[in-house]
Amino acid sequence: MKASHTGFTGVMLAGVLLAAGCGGGSGTAPAPGSASAAAGPVNLTFWDWDPNMDKVVSLWNQAHPDIHVTLANPAGGDELVSKTITAHQAKNGPDLVKVEYQSLPALVSAGVVRDITDLTKDVVSKFDDVTLKSTRFEGKVYGIPQDVAPLMLFYRTDVFKKYGISVPTTWDEYAKAAADLHKKAPKAYMTNFDAGNPGWFTGLVQQAGADWWTTSGTSWHVDINGAASKKVATYWENLVKSGVIQKNPSFSPQWNKQMNDGTLATWISGAWAPAQLGGIAPATKGKWAVAPLPAWTAGDATTGIWGGSATTVTTDSAHPAEAAKFAAWLNTDDAALTAQIEHINIYPAATSGRSLPPLKQAPPFLPNQADYYDVIKQAAPSARSFSMWGPDVTVTFRSYTDSFGAALQAGKPFGAALDQMQDATVADMKKLGFTLN
Amino acid sequence: MVTTAANPRRAARPTRLPYLLALPAVLLFLLFVLAPGIYALVLSFQARKVTGGLLGSTSTVVFAGLSNYRSVLGDSALWTSTLRMIAVGAIVIPATVGLALLFALLLDSPRARLVRFARLSIFLPYAVPGVIATLLWGFMYLPATSPIGGRHFDFFGSTQVFLSVANICVWGGVGFNMVVIYTALRALPPEVYEAARIDGATETQIALRIKVPMVLPAITMCTLFSVLAALQLFNEPNTLKPLSNAISSDWVPLMKIYTDAFVNADIYHAAATSIIFALGVLIVSFAAARMVQSRADLAGKGNR
Repeated sequence: MKASHTGFTGVMLAGVLLAAGCGGGSGTAPAPGSASAAAGPVNLTFWDWDPNMDKVVSLWNQAHPDIHVTLANPAGGDELVSKTITAHQAKNGPDLVKVEYQSLPALVSAGVVRDITDLTKDVVSKFDDVTLKSTRFEGKVYGIPQDVAPLMLFYRTDVFKKYGISVPTTWDEYAKAAADLHKKAPKAYMTNFDAGNPGWFTGLVQQAGADWWTTSGTSWHVDINGAASKKVATYWENLVKSGVIQKNPSFSPQWNKQMNDGTLATWISGAWAPAQLGGIAPATKGKWAVAPLPAWTAGDATTGIWGGSATTVTTDSAHPAEAAKFAAWLNTDDAALTAQIEHINIYPAATSGRSLPPLKQAPPFLPNQADYYDVIKQAAPSARSFSMWGPDVTVTFRSYTDSFGAALQAGKPFGAALDQMQDATVADMKKLGFTLN
Repeated sequence: MVTTAANPRRAARPTRLPYLLALPAVLLFLLFVLAPGIYALVLSFQARKVTGGLLGSTSTVVFAGLSNYRSVLGDSALWTSTLRMIAVGAIVIPATVGLALLFALLLDSPRARLVRFARLSIFLPYAVPGVIATLLWGFMYLPATSPIGGRHFDFFGSTQVFLSVANICVWGGVGFNMVVIYTALRALPPEVYEAARIDGATETQIALRIKVPMVLPAITMCTLFSVLAALQLFNEPNTLKPLSNAISSDWVPLMKIYTDAFVNADIYHAAATSIIFALGVLIVSFAAARMVQSRADLAGKGNR
């Protein structure tokens, strides 16, 4: 009787412990509150939406029994920014978060991301200054760059070949090719104007020389509707008006189908595209190739960026030193970068990472293009971003989606949409108390 | 015997028991309605201001007085979104209640066949969560994937999009309302129909002149539910948004509040909008409830 009773208690206890282990996200979780004690491994949580990141994290966990990293994927991209801010307000944010470059100033401004200058003194030397500019503001380091994503032209080799289209090298040629293709194949379109994804459009205006946010001292200058941006907007407005490109947003079921069945012949996208294409258009493996983004003046190699991310440490983290150590390993260690190139198809931000052996091979979804990473490597140094991303870029981006969406819907001029974005951004920055000039 | 024995205790209990029974509901109301409401009220008088440095990472929350309310009331986007909500509601409310009544009457008619199957299949869409229903309809609307003629009819046109959104709401809402009205119909005494038939009334006449007036309380209640559902319009347009250019991030008031709070990261402005919107909803619900009450009273008197 007694024995069976203790046995039952034992089972109960085991159940409770198991539940506690699951709740903590790891089997070796120490009791809460003992975190500051020297004994036992440190537990870190890491929010990241990269497919296959678990494989990279498990490499770390195997090699570092004293610092255990638990990966979670609560959301991706801009949605994760909102979630991170909300979690920070509730004081239960993760230790580490993947943040896209354009969102980093906003998260610093919201007090979510920690200044890790002192913890990364020996790490920053592994990046070139152009890359570091995206994570270092006013001399303080707020994140360790993971990848860089120059804007490239992805095109369907089969469609181009079938209709005798040659790869355009300038925007003039691109517009002519668009008209040519649609004339030869009325159901085919060169691409779609994507009002749903601001990062696409910002990459295009960056190439044209726009600089939406510039700073001097502690004051900001906002120039969203300047000449360079208007030039890009007018170019695309004309393509939309002539009916040779589609105008539905990307990353929708409609777009997936168009990408899969050859309705859309090109996709202007970041260097991360091959990892995404498998999910978007599974039937097109081996049918895509990459080329430099068409230029405004022939021979100019300048391009923009779309995305690219950094690993950041949050102000909520109780173990910033350990978290920074992991972030440094993830983005500078050869084994970690090799795994990320192979599994996530990133183009590394770290200088040494750009000559790793897997970059000599084609990405799995583009087996036809062995020189894929060579093309990216040539484009990367000429990729220009804004001087700095604004502290309220979410407002600007939301305004892009709304105003360009409405302009496409009602056939209104794109230039006015840029004016609306400028007004919304300036109004929000003034409201928050930023100094503008 | 038992009753008499329990009597003295019973006399003491009724004073406390009702309160005890109401306690969970009151606690939940305080915890999940009143407390967040007061918190939102507090937030609505505050604002975030950045101080120090380029990025203002040492921002502070300051008392903002009525400035949030001023900017909300002066924001034309809120009024446009309210008009859109009313436009969708103007389609959804009559269509939902009308179809629910029609289906209930058809199922209740003596000639109806396969009643159980029909009732279940009309009710089933109600069991589909709004987001999933919208994704499903989204696929049907998009030209490239549409099996219902999306190639020839632009479901995301500037005017058509109102019908497209309303259609999803009606599809999901009819079943529930149909069950409410049908249940009320089944509760009516059959003698009334017998008397009507003896007087020579056709089935249509019975339906329109006898059944409809007698289930009027149920119909008005369904109308009230539909009004409340229309005021809370969010899931359908928000889920359709990424599929086209037709729906903006502030398409209906709740989407605007969501965008302000979680995209623009201005929870204070969102709180002020919420308070104003909640006041409006309270007034409309109160008016609608009063109307239902007076209609039900009227119908009750008519029955006697």
